Amino acid sequence: MQRIVISALSGGLFGAGLLVSGMTDTEKVQGWLDVFGAWDPTLAFVLGGAILPMMLAWHLTTRRARSFVGSPFPEKPDPKLGHNLVIGSVLFGAGWGLVGLCPGPAIASLSWGGTGGVVFILSMIAGMLLANPVRIRIDQLAAA
Amino acid sequence: MIETDWIWGLVGGLMIGMAAAIFLLGNGRIMGASGIIGGLVDRSGLGNWAERVAFLAALVIVPAMMLPLYSVEVSTHITSNLAIVVAGGLLVGLGTRLANGCTSGHGVCGISRLSLRGIVATVFYLLAGGLVMVVFRHVLGVI
Repeated sequence: MQRIVISALSGGLFGAGLLVSGMTDTEKVQGWLDVFGAWDPTLAFVLGGAILPMMLAWHLTTRRARSFVGSPFPEKPDPKLGHNLVIGSVLFGAGWGLVGLCPGPAIASLSWGGTGGVVFILSMIAGMLLANPVRIRIDQLAAA
Repeated sequence: MIETDWIWGLVGGLMIGMAAAIFLLGNGRIMGASGIIGGLVDRSGLGNWAERVAFLAALVIVPAMMLPLYSVEVSTHITSNLAIVVAGGLLVGLGTRLANGCTSGHGVCGISRLSLRGIVATVFYLLAGGLVMVVFRHVLGVI
């Protein structure tokens, strides 16, 4: 039960922050990516603001053995980068630029995003279902 | 000249970071939106489905409850071109799952612990997004 309450607290604050910061507005996101147009630096303030509490949080994980609910903290990921990290990030960035939504803001704006927002979420879910077969194919090509 | 939008960006950003900190220190987990959604979609995360659903439900409900606080109409300004919306959604879904993270997981949670994977992912999705703006807005004029 604790885990569920903490998840809801985190999700709610995440959604509030996305709305307040302007990141549910595709114009602001595309404005940040549009370096050669009317560039909008807001996203840098959002990312900078979000990183500060998380730097402190990661620091705190080194001083405690376990999280509040008793589970261990996530280990540092394998530093090996791999082709899927790069290919996936390029595909994600392309879609992010095309529409101006990433997964968090897409869900957060569900209640006011209209038909376009729902179509985006359904397409994103379809894309997620494609990931496993595509990953297998990419790994086959990389091994060949 | 500091613009009001930048201050709201910083305030909202701090809230996003605190949300991620609550998830990490509370549940011992990384707050990555694509991972939380994706684990339900491909059934790989059904073991803790209730946490995922609680996170996503609050992610929808809390900003919905805040809308009346705004005196101007809140809009996502999403394009009316549904072909672009479908293509963008497919790419975001496929890409974030291949890369195992998006702006929240790799960007916020990864960069803040100086994870090389998070930093590299962020560099590539920013570059790809910027390139798409050049090609699709300035060359083709479709977005």
